[in-house]
Amino acid sequence: MTEAAAPALSPWADALTIAALFAIDPAGLGGVAVHAHAGPVRDQWLAALRALQPAAAPWRRVPLHINDERLLGGLDLAATLQAGRPVAQRGVLSEADGGIVILAMAERLSAATAARLAAVLDTGEVSVARDGVALVNPSRFGVVALDESAHDDEHLPPALTDRLAFRLDLSAVSMRDAFDADAALPADAADEVARARALLPAVQIDEALVDALCAAALALGIGSMRATLLALRVARAAAALEGRDSASQDDAALAARLVLAPRATRLPAPPPPEDETAESPPEASPEAESDANEEDHGEDAPDDSAPLETPAEALDDVVLEAAQAAIPAGLLAQLQLAEAAASRGQSAGRAGAVQPGRLRGRPAGVRRGEPRGGARLNLIETLRAAAPWQTLRQRELAPHAPRRIQVRAEDFHVTRFKQRSETTTVFVIDASGSAALHRLAEAKGAVELLLADCYVRRDRVAVLAFRGDKAELLLPPTRSLVRAKRSLAGLPGGGGTPLAAGLDAATALCDAIRRGGATPVIVMLTDGRANVGRDGSRGRAVAEEHAQAAARQMRAARLTSLLVDTSAQPQESARRLAADMGASYLALPYAGAAALSTAVRAAGAAETPRPRS
Amino acid sequence: MAVAFPFSAIVGQDEMKLAILVAAIDPSIGGVLVFGDRGTGKSTAVRALAALLPKMRCVMGCRYGCDPAGAGGCDDCIALKAKGVPKSHLVPVPVVDMPLGATEDRVVGALDLERALSQGVKAFEPGLLARANRGFLYIDEVNLLEDHLVDLLIDVAASGENVVEREGLSVRHPARFVLVGSGNPEEGELRPQLLDRFGLSVEVKTPEDLPSRIEVVKRRDAFERDPAAFTEKWKKEDERIRKRIVKGRELLPQVRVPDAALERAARLCMALGTDGLRGELTLMRAARAFAALEGDGEVGDVHLKRIAAPALRHRLRRNPLDDAGSTERVERAVAELFGG
Repeated sequence: MTEAAAPALSPWADALTIAALFAIDPAGLGGVAVHAHAGPVRDQWLAALRALQPAAAPWRRVPLHINDERLLGGLDLAATLQAGRPVAQRGVLSEADGGIVILAMAERLSAATAARLAAVLDTGEVSVARDGVALVNPSRFGVVALDESAHDDEHLPPALTDRLAFRLDLSAVSMRDAFDADAALPADAADEVARARALLPAVQIDEALVDALCAAALALGIGSMRATLLALRVARAAAALEGRDSASQDDAALAARLVLAPRATRLPAPPPPEDETAESPPEASPEAESDANEEDHGEDAPDDSAPLETPAEALDDVVLEAAQAAIPAGLLAQLQLAEAAASRGQSAGRAGAVQPGRLRGRPAGVRRGEPRGGARLNLIETLRAAAPWQTLRQRELAPHAPRRIQVRAEDFHVTRFKQRSETTTVFVIDASGSAALHRLAEAKGAVELLLADCYVRRDRVAVLAFRGDKAELLLPPTRSLVRAKRSLAGLPGGGGTPLAAGLDAATALCDAIRRGGATPVIVMLTDGRANVGRDGSRGRAVAEEHAQAAARQMRAARLTSLLVDTSAQPQESARRLAADMGASYLALPYAGAAALSTAVRAAGAAETPRPRS
Repeated sequence: MAVAFPFSAIVGQDEMKLAILVAAIDPSIGGVLVFGDRGTGKSTAVRALAALLPKMRCVMGCRYGCDPAGAGGCDDCIALKAKGVPKSHLVPVPVVDMPLGATEDRVVGALDLERALSQGVKAFEPGLLARANRGFLYIDEVNLLEDHLVDLLIDVAASGENVVEREGLSVRHPARFVLVGSGNPEEGELRPQLLDRFGLSVEVKTPEDLPSRIEVVKRRDAFERDPAAFTEKWKKEDERIRKRIVKGRELLPQVRVPDAALERAARLCMALGTDGLRGELTLMRAARAFAALEGDGEVGDVHLKRIAAPALRHRLRRNPLDDAGSTERVERAVAELFGG
């Protein structure tokens, strides 16, 4: 958080407040997403939180790649075999009942694990149905998700963060603050929290405050209803911490600042008459853009949702202002980036980043199935599956048959693998007369720069060129940089511009690449001025019509693409084409070769969403 | 969860509630898919269903919950019938929550581990599909479900029968259930095969007007502070809905579908270019169930208009030249056909 965030309180003081509030009602408040690198400050905060917990409360660390058996529970094989009856073992989530679960490196948590956690947080019970065990254990706990993400494209699974009340950024806290004796928790803090815990069920909250929190959430563009509910509980916890049995305006303001502000997706619309809420000019343009962005998803209301026409206007303003003051600068811009990345990843469909495969990649769980088609048998799991049935199977054998371990087809388990699919960058180059005259050489230079980058990223590249009356695949997808260079160097220029043919060929090639399991990214270099139609007919009008149709087909195929305008002056035709293709637009005059390479890298990053399984 | 949030206390989300009630009246519609934003009460609505549904009569001692009036029956019923006329009793309609990370053996059923270990006896232990027979099978985060489980569910949902071949055991039992799935589209799209199995699909969005948002928060908060009192307060409302379901079920066989309505439905599907006949069939069935729910004896334009979007929006082919979402496309076609 920035200094503007908390006028009176330092970030560390806020962190301690969050720890105290969270310790009052861990299960009710869901948890804290802590953004910080591993280090003494984070350890200090965790120690403070632990000190505020009752001594007997469980404190469980969940490793990143935990399997379902440990997480949720399952069959305890050793005990089962020994006892001669099924013995279930409890998972970490059941053991954590009444305490806190720490998720290490939560930014890399798989969507599947996050969904399991979310289900337990929602229902308050762990329900297991696996390996012959069916049980339901009540379990209520709070989650501390340790987020060590360093890049914009890494973030916690939204299914999880939606259920955690607090977001805490410790990266701005210095060691000196955290270890300052004056800023430490008072000695009786744990007792205070314990008192507050007892008081909490009795804390009342005024309806006007509920209205104000709802209005603030709406004004800040927070969609999920959970956020408001969590804010309400935080307000109650804050009152309990102060030893009061009803929440005050300050409590609601604190809740808005800690819970609502970090989730803001837009700045509230300024009130129509006099501008007194906040100074929004510096943020005005990102706001507008982020709104446009959200409208793409069709999930956001128009901006004029009139949040300020409520009866308790003054109160609303107080709560809203508190939240607004805490919105860190640059948050909206970040959000926009993340959303763009998310929507890109989405529009590219599941064929994208991570592909579950049977043969290669990182192990991603085990499932029952026969080791056919190259799937790898998981011997341990197979034997584990066979073990409980041995008594039964031995009995079925002829009395004098040799006693061996009886493994049957239904015991077979195979390992599944997850593979990060490669990206194939397809360069579609306009080598026609109009382009060649200006900048073919420059475009070639830019492509060469990009090739070096593709090599670093282990991408494959393909080169398509169109001129005269057709498109030609100069280089099928390859990793060979040398071949790519050679095919470019020999690329002649001149002739008509069969833009539609180029687009069709690119779409077809990308389709083939996708079927091969890779993720295509198109980089198209053209000035967007077509003069040869699909059927080879001349004439600008027909050619442009065909090009438009081809571009829309490409867009319907949901391909990630970048259009580089190679003409001397940015062309309206190229910009329009980019819009039809659903491509990002980049004009080379502004860009230069190096900027171009950056842009492609960004397009590639957007194409690679967070790993899911 | 000990007490579920009462169904009638859910604010707004009319389409979702309607789809669930329609599926409860006529299970042959084939399930409901609820897709939408986080924190909109998707799972709340489904879990509330269990408390809402009228009880059903089933054969006592049958592990698959067979209907005593039903013909034939499962292995359990045959064994029971051999001993004389089996007794029956009223039980709540099962709404089975499929836990995430459930393994195949627990879903379809497998050998009873306990008896195998302690007595060395081979006995079949029914799984979640058996429990869900004649009721609802709810899959939260349906798009995160493992592919092999999806295949299995598609198969069983289509045939209404679960076949288990394991350890030399060969069991088949009825497994007719209404599949209810919910998920967030951000986590990944659903395979078209599974999508098609759902009769109705609903898109839920967060309420955007302040009064209903306040109402959501207040009711949820009141529920959490005192679940028993809150449920008690809404009992009457829930009871009213239950009566509507009972009446609707009684009325359903008598609801007439005039030729004009059939033609309208066919025209709508043609205008939208839905694949296959499943769309038309579902639209017709859903409209009939909706008419029954409303207490109307005949399917009319009102019913078709209201149910068109949930019945058809997930069956549209992607049109490269139309950027509009599928909901808008259905609405547009409805407006054109019915004149606004």
